[in-house]
Amino acid sequence: MPDVTCGVKSGDLLIPSLGVVTEIRRDTPDVKTFRVNSAEGGGVCFPHMPGQCAMLSIPGVGEAMFSITSSPTNTEYMEFSIKRCGTLTDWLHEMEPGQQITIRGPYGNCFPVETDLKGKDLLFIAGGIGLAPLRSVINYVRHYRKNYASVDIVYGARSMDDLVDIDEIRNEWDGRDGVKVHLTIDRAQEGWTGNVGFVPDFVKSLGLPTLKTVLMCGPPIMIKFVLAALQSLGFKKNQVYTTFELRMKCGIGKCGRCNIGAKYVCKDGPVFRCDQMEEMPDEY
Amino acid sequence: MPAVKEIQEKMRARAGELLRDGGVSMALGWKRGEFCHDPEPAFFESEAELDNFVYDGFSSPLLSKYLIETIRKDKQKGEGKGSKFLVFLKPCDSYGLNLLLKEHRVERERVYAVGVGCPGMLDVDKIRAAGVKNMRSFDETETEVTIHASSGDKTLARRDILLEKCLVCKGPEFAVQDEVLAPGLPSFEGGDRFAGVTELESMSPEERFSFWRNELSRCIRCNACRNACPVCSCNKCVFDNPQSGVQAKSNADSFEENMFHIVRAFHVAGRCSDCGECSRVCPQKIPLHLLNRKFIKDINAFYGAFQAGADAEARAPLTNYEFGDVEPGAVVKRGGGA
Amino acid sequence: MLLKLSLDKTGGLFTEMARDRTLYLPVKRGGQADFAPWTPEAEVCLDYLNTARSIKDFFLPQTENIAAFKREGKKITITPTHEEPSPFVVFGARACDVRSLDVLDRVFLSDPVDTFYKAQRENGVIVSMACAEPEETCFCNAFGIDAAEPRGDVVTWIAGNFLYWEAKTPAGEALTGKLETLMSEADSSDLKEIEEQGKAARAAFKELPLGKLSLEGWSGDDLLGKFTSPLWEKMSKSCLGCGTCTYVCPTCQCYDIQDFDTGHGIARFRCWDSCMYSDFTLMAHGNPRKSQLERFRQRFMHKLVYYPANNDGMYSCVGCGRCVAKCPISMNIAKVIKALGGNANA
Repeated sequence: MPDVTCGVKSGDLLIPSLGVVTEIRRDTPDVKTFRVNSAEGGGVCFPHMPGQCAMLSIPGVGEAMFSITSSPTNTEYMEFSIKRCGTLTDWLHEMEPGQQITIRGPYGNCFPVETDLKGKDLLFIAGGIGLAPLRSVINYVRHYRKNYASVDIVYGARSMDDLVDIDEIRNEWDGRDGVKVHLTIDRAQEGWTGNVGFVPDFVKSLGLPTLKTVLMCGPPIMIKFVLAALQSLGFKKNQVYTTFELRMKCGIGKCGRCNIGAKYVCKDGPVFRCDQMEEMPDEY
Repeated sequence: MPAVKEIQEKMRARAGELLRDGGVSMALGWKRGEFCHDPEPAFFESEAELDNFVYDGFSSPLLSKYLIETIRKDKQKGEGKGSKFLVFLKPCDSYGLNLLLKEHRVERERVYAVGVGCPGMLDVDKIRAAGVKNMRSFDETETEVTIHASSGDKTLARRDILLEKCLVCKGPEFAVQDEVLAPGLPSFEGGDRFAGVTELESMSPEERFSFWRNELSRCIRCNACRNACPVCSCNKCVFDNPQSGVQAKSNADSFEENMFHIVRAFHVAGRCSDCGECSRVCPQKIPLHLLNRKFIKDINAFYGAFQAGADAEARAPLTNYEFGDVEPGAVVKRGGGA
Repeated sequence: MLLKLSLDKTGGLFTEMARDRTLYLPVKRGGQADFAPWTPEAEVCLDYLNTARSIKDFFLPQTENIAAFKREGKKITITPTHEEPSPFVVFGARACDVRSLDVLDRVFLSDPVDTFYKAQRENGVIVSMACAEPEETCFCNAFGIDAAEPRGDVVTWIAGNFLYWEAKTPAGEALTGKLETLMSEADSSDLKEIEEQGKAARAAFKELPLGKLSLEGWSGDDLLGKFTSPLWEKMSKSCLGCGTCTYVCPTCQCYDIQDFDTGHGIARFRCWDSCMYSDFTLMAHGNPRKSQLERFRQRFMHKLVYYPANNDGMYSCVGCGRCVAKCPISMNIAKVIKALGGNANA
């Protein structure tokens, strides 16, 4: 299992530091990507590893956990791709560059990019905003490209307008350094010439070799169906990593709400290998 | 009046009949707990389960509010459509059911209400305060309770160990019922129901304020009072809504938990049947019923005697308007206001 | 060294203990015993068995400030607001409550350390009190706790007309050093009396309604089996979804972090939360624990399966019986242990 520690030092862990939002990019009708710098001296707020998360807050509005979308190899800024879906994210979507926010982290483990994933053929599978945590890994892998074998990325969304970071996917990922991208959308749409269909079926149709290590993220329902699809293709659960999100308050495994069975998503996760999930109840 | 044990057996038999002949699909009653004094509300779906049925002086939790969830879940399942749920009601709980019917929380046609006479429910803390340790079993009559305990046997006058709410019993009548088992248990001729309120009214505003500050300072925001209350039946309580700007779980400042109880008392004003569950369930023994009873006393004074839940149709004074209604100036005349 | 003090002299002992720190001890409030700061007027009750609330209050207070924020335009300022800890003594903690600190320690003192909790632990001296007899709702013996011989910085016993006192840790000895002149040395007959009393107490615990409660069926090797048991549905039905059990529980440690608009800025504080509440796991897109069944199951799975799985088999229950005594509808962990524990309690 991933063995990178969460990197949190002792101290008054619940007191955040200040960040400043330096750029806001609209990705889809309901997703924006926020570039964040440390309010003191610019740069990143703290180092992290791909798959780790951070607590962002606007005091008085709310505090919530978001995966860090940018790669650790980017030391100039951090990025968070955030879907508008609640009180805090509404507020974040309305704000303008220059706004300060509070940030604390990094939290959780990470994808095992420095251990188990090295030298492997990698298959990324993402649905909708589920690309956010994988984007960090994909760009990390691209940065250290020679450390990994083939890279395939399967990405699906409700419509072509809901594909997050599509410019980066098309211009920087697809076809570069042997990275192959396979896109799909749920329903046919004018101007779309790619595949139409749900991610699990799409994965089955691609005829990919099963000697790959899979990293997936998406809504829980997609995770369940993709895992079943992969198993029907002959993938084993210990070849598949996924990342979860549940309601969190502390980020350090103490406030007691983000558990799935005996595992805390914020501390033991958010990255789990799917064979670990066999001991975890279906409560996510 | 039959002995309580006889009533219990009648109830068990009747519930069995109704479950068996298909008249009802579930019976809400009480089942035996770990001790002799802790029956738990229970949902009996078959005759066999009724072996654990219990009705005695400790069957104090009210049952009517469970009908909301029971019917909702039944509808979700989409099966047993139209089946009825048997609920055993003590007289005081029948007022609660009426309020749930009136506020369309429960559909009358889904309920089969069986009224059961009540001998007055017992307060285990009062029994302990009388020197009883480790109750093992007890025998009860209308007037006496004999307790068998590791501290020895002790016979106590029932009146002395009743729950506060039973000392001001509304009487043996049922506000709503489909049938009555064992009617006619005489209520205790309670003392002055409003004595506690009158005492508070006689205090200076400063004394009263400090009385409530002290009492409410013990509140731990467990919401037991709210969740047990038959008229606190909102689908989503304002205090559970993170958007409401009020703190649900804790006292962000020292007046926060006071606010919770004040808001709640206002919300149930004119709807509170004075069932006393709020005070019974409070783990911190805050006399919450006094807040509600103050409203009841004032409503009675201004609009004439009114019993919330006495029927399911009549308009309550606070949700009705009549020309003769009291003017807001009444507050000033009574020495309140600025 | 076992010291003793006549019970009618405890006032002097409390005065001395409270001289340079806050002394919390069981006091009659609202008709029941609860820990409160000692004052000369306080109605101290040493004959209580279990307080309404637990000593958790002193280490994980129901509310504690984290930080204050000011938002001006696009700027935010952060000011830490956690109160500086100050020394205190908890007098009269029972064996179950003392054990509960082990449970909390494993949560809050494990990496990364919760500094607020740690500061309270370092500033608190625990003077425990042995139980000479049990409360009806007690079942600490099911968790291997010896109520007649609690742990603590200082352990005390009441027997006959005396309070007996024995320091067990350096912190306890330091406290004892300030009080020694008030007490005299106990002799072997005193010791014998305490021992006899302890023996009788242990026997009495076994005779309680829950005295033979067994956790045999909860060895932790069947997480999914327990989780998927159909019994949860039945057992959770009568649960009102209030937080009484969690709030009176000495080991329930889940907390929430909330912001409060004071009108002069935002106060962020931490407060107790309850897994019984509907918003505990509520997210913008939904709730993985939709009904009371899931919430109810979480509480008991946490105490009896998840916590032990992460903590060398230690249960997150100490058998204090508060939930048993306080649940509005008489549902409790003992019933869950019996119902889902297999044949051990048949």
